[in-house]
Amino acid sequence: MAPQVAKKDLSTHTLRYAVRLGDDALILGQRLSEWVSCAPFLEEDIALANVALDYIGRARMYYQYAASLSPHHKSEDDFAFLRGERDFENYLINELPRGDFADTIVRQLIVDIYNFHYLSALRHSKDQALAAIADKSHKETRYHLRRSRLWTVRLGDGTEESHQRMQRAIDEIWGYTHELFTQDSLEQLLVEKNIAVDTASLRTQWFTDISATFQEATLTLPDTEWAIHGGRKGYHTEYLGRLLSEMQFLHRSYPGCQW
Amino acid sequence: MLPQTPKKTADTEKQKRALFQRKIDAGQKIEPNEWMPSEYREMLAYQLTQKIYTETIGMQPESCWVARTPTLQRKVILLAKIQDEGGHGLYLHGVAETANIPREKITADLHSGKNPYSCLLDYFIQTWGDIGAIGWLIDGAAICIQVSLQRTSYGPYARSMIRICKEENFHQRQGYQIMIALARGSAEQRKMAQDSLNRWYWPALMIFGLPDDQASHLKDSMKYKLQLYSNDTLRQKFIDQTVPQIEYLGLEHPDKNIKWNEERQHYDSGDIDWNKLSSIVKAHSSCHARPRLQHHRKVHAEGSWVREAQHAYRQKQIQRKLNAAA
Repeated sequence: MAPQVAKKDLSTHTLRYAVRLGDDALILGQRLSEWVSCAPFLEEDIALANVALDYIGRARMYYQYAASLSPHHKSEDDFAFLRGERDFENYLINELPRGDFADTIVRQLIVDIYNFHYLSALRHSKDQALAAIADKSHKETRYHLRRSRLWTVRLGDGTEESHQRMQRAIDEIWGYTHELFTQDSLEQLLVEKNIAVDTASLRTQWFTDISATFQEATLTLPDTEWAIHGGRKGYHTEYLGRLLSEMQFLHRSYPGCQW
Repeated sequence: MLPQTPKKTADTEKQKRALFQRKIDAGQKIEPNEWMPSEYREMLAYQLTQKIYTETIGMQPESCWVARTPTLQRKVILLAKIQDEGGHGLYLHGVAETANIPREKITADLHSGKNPYSCLLDYFIQTWGDIGAIGWLIDGAAICIQVSLQRTSYGPYARSMIRICKEENFHQRQGYQIMIALARGSAEQRKMAQDSLNRWYWPALMIFGLPDDQASHLKDSMKYKLQLYSNDTLRQKFIDQTVPQIEYLGLEHPDKNIKWNEERQHYDSGDIDWNKLSSIVKAHSSCHARPRLQHHRKVHAEGSWVREAQHAYRQKQIQRKLNAAA
């Protein structure tokens, strides 16, 4: 039986959940935006900027909703710019450096398949604001997934070099995927309230989908199993601190200013 | 077909030129498959290449601030703007292809140093105020030129400019909005705005090129309507429109001696250092260490494995289809 939660507590939990989802979107969007002017050709500069824009836009929607639940009149920028490394609760996979194009495509495939199923479920959340954000985001993710799947197949089944780069990227990132399917008590509670998504239930479908794409791309799942967790508890890699230092420096240098 | 006599060829060339010029004078567009004089083709190629470099190399200076925007809203606006610049590069590559200038050649000529790009693009973007000043002044100057190019004689070029101008107007507005926020902000923000204005006003005047009496191709370019107004005319338009914009911001004009000339109905600039301006415009490929060019070369080289893989995959797909059909 679901534990009894006071209405005020539920709102606080939902706020924190929305901020987490915002963190996932913002950190990945920030990473993707690093590709602008660095992509293999001009069309990709534009496409990667587009995906980055979708993610940053998504972060803004989650943060704005969280701000509306906040009793302290917070703004979207307060969440993005005035919290430190230990306050961010994004999954670690989002903060990893952009790496080469293979690293980016593999991360996008993992995240896109995950989001495809995640947002599909979140569309049915009892929380109408989250459901509405999920509905809009799911349309974007469908397009992101088409892109990352096609690139995975092209690069996996392209040249010897592209195949090797893709396989290396998979091997290096795989341990970060497990965290996507584990949830802390906050999210479990919100799952019971039909507000959050039960990520453990998505794992089989996610695995089936990604295996099928890897097979088509002549890529293999890694032999070794290692797993790293911590993002949802605010335990991060060193990469996040550097990302935040750059992202937040101007905002923090001039406290209270309008831009 | 009978061989033509040299005289006949000369006559035909002369007739073609006369017909071509009549079309231009009548304001008609030249389309890709039509005959055109070699110097027209050369000038068109030069202009298009320069515009493509400005758009695509121009993505670099601003992209270095995407990670550091002061708000999330500014981040999405700046990203969308840079994305537009890339899109403009693509339209213009499309225009260049209609004039038989392949994209690979444009890139190769950039990398080899054969074709220079404006050294303005190599200026460093130090502060957030610079992002505002670039949108407002540099894009603003470019718009003055591009608006007139909507009526340029080469059809595909003119049509691409119509779309480009719509987006550029948004770019200038976002730059000016950044400046408004800074000018109305704290003392430090105001200082940032004034500093950026002081540093970017003069380079913006360079966008229009050399003074008319030093611009060697200007006459031909205007004869063929590849340029509709002279460099100095467009520069004056920009100078005039910028004065009230600076006043609205409540900032000081970088040209301390600028003053209204009742007779000319234009502002007279006081402090333009024409020698410096000319040397910078002329310097082009040698003014600097060219960090943007180095970056473009590096990124192009880093991406080669992706382009090769794409090609290899396509070839495999074709082969598989052929094998299946056999």
